[in-house]
Amino acid sequence: MNHDPFHWGRPSTKTYGEYNYLISNASNVDRSVKSNSEFPKMHTQQPMITGTSVIAIKYKDGIIMAADHMGSYGSLMKLEDLKRIIQVGDDAVVGISGDISDFQYLERLLDDLQIEDAYDMDQEHLKANHLSEYLTRVMYNRRTKMNPLWNAIIVAGFDDKDEPYLKHIDLLGVSYTSPTLATGFGNHLAIPLLRKKVETEDDVKKLSKEDAIQTIKDCMKVLFYRDARSWNKYSLCVIEKSTKSISLEHEVQVENMKWDFAQHITGYGVPQL
Amino acid sequence: MQKVIPTTEYANEVRNEPIEHRFNPYSDNGGTILGIAGEDFAVLAGDTRQTTGYSINSRYEPKVFNVGDNLLLSANGFAGDANQLVKVFENKLKWYHFNHNKNLKTSSAARLIQHMLYGKRFFPYYVHTILAGLDDEGKGCIYSFDPVGSYEREQCRAGGAAASLIMPFLDNQVNFKNQMDPNSNGKKPKEIRYLKLEEVIQLVRDAFSSATERHIEVGDGLEILIVTKDGVRTEYYPLKRD
Repeated sequence: MNHDPFHWGRPSTKTYGEYNYLISNASNVDRSVKSNSEFPKMHTQQPMITGTSVIAIKYKDGIIMAADHMGSYGSLMKLEDLKRIIQVGDDAVVGISGDISDFQYLERLLDDLQIEDAYDMDQEHLKANHLSEYLTRVMYNRRTKMNPLWNAIIVAGFDDKDEPYLKHIDLLGVSYTSPTLATGFGNHLAIPLLRKKVETEDDVKKLSKEDAIQTIKDCMKVLFYRDARSWNKYSLCVIEKSTKSISLEHEVQVENMKWDFAQHITGYGVPQL
Repeated sequence: MQKVIPTTEYANEVRNEPIEHRFNPYSDNGGTILGIAGEDFAVLAGDTRQTTGYSINSRYEPKVFNVGDNLLLSANGFAGDANQLVKVFENKLKWYHFNHNKNLKTSSAARLIQHMLYGKRFFPYYVHTILAGLDDEGKGCIYSFDPVGSYEREQCRAGGAAASLIMPFLDNQVNFKNQMDPNSNGKKPKEIRYLKLEEVIQLVRDAFSSATERHIEVGDGLEILIVTKDGVRTEYYPLKRD
């Protein structure tokens, strides 16, 4: 038996000759390609550093979206200045939750896409609906290879008819749209609050920008209260159709919190009164 | 002093080997579809709710598509695979036009879909697929497929989450199963006949409002696509949103 740590348990080459890796597909490493590592190829099976919810709501003149600035490593707050909403071209923003290394990989893909789009062109062509289609295909392809990008993505912006456009894409390559969208914990905490404001597509036409921003701010507050992996600093994105503008503000603080109940809490490691 | 750990039925479980987590490439996105063929038309209907688990992703995410050439296509089950199937089909149809410069027959489309599904026999598209169109004689036709491509032409078929709720109703109301000729004193089965479009629409609406009552993954809206020799028409009816 071979006692080399990388070949442990395999029949020894000296006695049995070179091992045939093609038998029963014994290894998922392509042996025809001489790789540096003898170690089996590994896929993301669980996210490492993660970002929590991204939330978004449609209002009569566009979309509001928000995501906080934290990257957590399990229960450790690993990153506290992580901007998870990125602008792609002039007409779209992308908010990404889930694994941060995969987020950064997607960031690079989108960067390449922008360079490709801008090259030799007098104007940008990349719209939000193109972007969401591209990302859906990327996510579906990776899930089909059993090597998913561990993210949930919300794409917001303007489509090719310059209408507000909103889409959610997950790690399985499933995509959908709705007047209110949220990823992760926000799906349980924020969505009911957001849907209270816009139950139907008709309610979207009645919701003002100020009201929509306030609703999103309230949701970020509730998420900070109840989602243990969230933070009180976040990015806020306002997409406005009438001015055809996308403004992305970072370092927004959660406001008007009430913590006076906290002094009455006993237990949980606090000395008993 | 030793700590007393309350023993529940769960706490008694002892695992010696590590739990292996494996990525599951599938999910179930709920929803139901239904196709009925008439003498000179076919309808393909689907609810517009999309779910994962107990969450409603969207109240309006259409899943019945007019893919061109007077063909209606819907795949129901895992939405990722469903959209991929429809996209690949649309692309193949486009290339068929480039190569042959004629419309694809419904029967040929059905055979094409069989090959697309069976081509992924060992990593299947997790969907129940229904194709609706008109046959060579201009009669309405419905083709239904299982996830790996087994298919047959039928008069009607329900697919997806509430298929088992709707299908027996269809057997009775479209194919007149367990119905007798009222004049035969229960001796002769009721003779089958083509249903009129108005009757079919009413049946579809009844089927979906009942499925909405009994199945949590069905609801929000009903989109019915109707194909005739003059083209495709869409009707929308709201369903309960609870």
